[in-house]
Amino acid sequence: MSAELTVADVERVAALAHIELTPEEKQLFARQLADILHYAEQIQALDTTGVPATAHVNAAQHERDDVAAPSLPVEEALAAAPDGAPDAGLFRVPRVIG
Amino acid sequence: MSIIDRSARAIRDDVASGRIAAADVCDAFIERAQATNPQLHAFNLIDVTRARAQAADIDRRRAAGESPGPLAGVPIALKDNLCVRGQRTTAASKILETYEPPYTATAVERLEAAGAVILGKTNCDEFAMGSSTENSAFGPTRNPWALDRTPGGSSGGSAVAVAARCAPIALGSDTGGSIRQPAAFCGVVGLKPTYGRVSRYGLLAFASSLDQIGPLSRTVADAALVLNAIAGADAHDSTASSQAVPDFTAALTGDIKGLRVGIPRAFVSDGVDPAVRAAFDQALETLRALGATIVDIDLPHAKYAIPVYYLVCTAELSSNLARYDGVRYGYRASAPRDQSLKEMYSRTRDEGFGAEVKRRIVLGTYVLSAGYYDAFYLKALQVRTLMRRDYDRAFESVDVIAMPCAPTPAFKLGEKVDDPLQMYLDDIFTVSANLVGLPGISVPCGASGDLPIGFQLIGRMFEEATILRAAEAFERATDWHTRAPSV
Repeated sequence: MSAELTVADVERVAALAHIELTPEEKQLFARQLADILHYAEQIQALDTTGVPATAHVNAAQHERDDVAAPSLPVEEALAAAPDGAPDAGLFRVPRVIG
Repeated sequence: MSIIDRSARAIRDDVASGRIAAADVCDAFIERAQATNPQLHAFNLIDVTRARAQAADIDRRRAAGESPGPLAGVPIALKDNLCVRGQRTTAASKILETYEPPYTATAVERLEAAGAVILGKTNCDEFAMGSSTENSAFGPTRNPWALDRTPGGSSGGSAVAVAARCAPIALGSDTGGSIRQPAAFCGVVGLKPTYGRVSRYGLLAFASSLDQIGPLSRTVADAALVLNAIAGADAHDSTASSQAVPDFTAALTGDIKGLRVGIPRAFVSDGVDPAVRAAFDQALETLRALGATIVDIDLPHAKYAIPVYYLVCTAELSSNLARYDGVRYGYRASAPRDQSLKEMYSRTRDEGFGAEVKRRIVLGTYVLSAGYYDAFYLKALQVRTLMRRDYDRAFESVDVIAMPCAPTPAFKLGEKVDDPLQMYLDDIFTVSANLVGLPGISVPCGASGDLPIGFQLIGRMFEEATILRAAEAFERATDWHTRAPSV
């Protein structure tokens, strides 16, 4: 796996992450992330055949009983919204369909 | 001894017995925090009104004959990524610059139930991503031992608040060393509990399989006292363990005769500053003199900890930070009326996040994307398993593992900020404990000139009592923890 990372790669990934980077950021990140990925490539030399993945160290996760409980009142949930519509009980956003 | 030099335990005893009013304790620390903040910038918020009200309530409860709690009147500073209902909580990010959460973190609720007084919010790297507290949208925090140096990070403000006597206790969060490394750089005690020991509810998420809340303090006994209060299961966090919570202060017997201390010689042999090495070797001599046995161990995959950590944590954070989209809370980019929802998201996130957070989101999105997932993310999770096996094997023959906390003492402001990989490499000795979930504690053990040096003890899962006992025995035999910076 090559750690070449082009400006086009950074653009593609930033679009996936919904971040609009400036041209300077794209250049800088391409260089810095290539350095980091190149360093990270050392793990690819390890033989991990048959080794299970550890996504989480705490196997003993427990679920609580499915009992209804009070949740956040609508006006509190909307209080921090940059464009809330508390009377309608809604978050307002720009148009979704062009 | 002036109030601000006292330990949390001493303050608690004096408040509970009525020798001193919680209100006077609160005012003494607020005054100190306000006096030093222009120079140090340990705090993003000193919440005078709220702290005074809580202190007055403690005094009222005591006067009414109620038990004021095991942390009665103890002022505590919170890292700015811990939610408190109605109290500005920013994660040191522009994207949450004015955010006031509608709920309080479980760990904070438990501190308050124990009688603590919340002083305010300490500065940190944005969303806890960094090792120097330079990645704060509100400017860096300075090391009280040398104002041209960083306090470490990401819980740098918490470490400075404790070192500079602005608070006897602070809470931090530790995803890859963010409690332990700033503790070492500032000459205080920093405890990362076992993953799952403390509920993460109300901690603004960074990497959910690695994040853990813990205390910074000037003594090991105070760390134990705080862990008693915040540990235990929580219906709001399915990963908070239901393991029994012992009285951690009862473990501090001072007796470590026969304790087997493992040293991963090969891992700690390279790239360690001579002063750090000398202090670490001296710490091992002290443990030996106290009756511990020093045993050489091997952690063959420890050298892969940095790549594994930065692949795992960026993957997780790229998902966790998707919630900051300018809709439900936080900053929204102002934009033309005809912009689309997607344009609003993208602009909000470019303007709202700082460079390091964006860099990590892009990296994490990349390692999770089609074609790279197996080679980077999945591979890292497999090496994480190999690292766990190394530790399991080591703990068959030792009770704790010791290593330096950081390869160098505190570095200069600006020194590594343009080279992210160099900054990441500084985390070499701390990230492993997060990847495998183990508890770790950093304890002051020396100095390079004025700059503090700390070393780290790592224990088995849920055996915080053992590392606390060893750390406290070490503290009894040394006086590094009594030094104070002259700010």
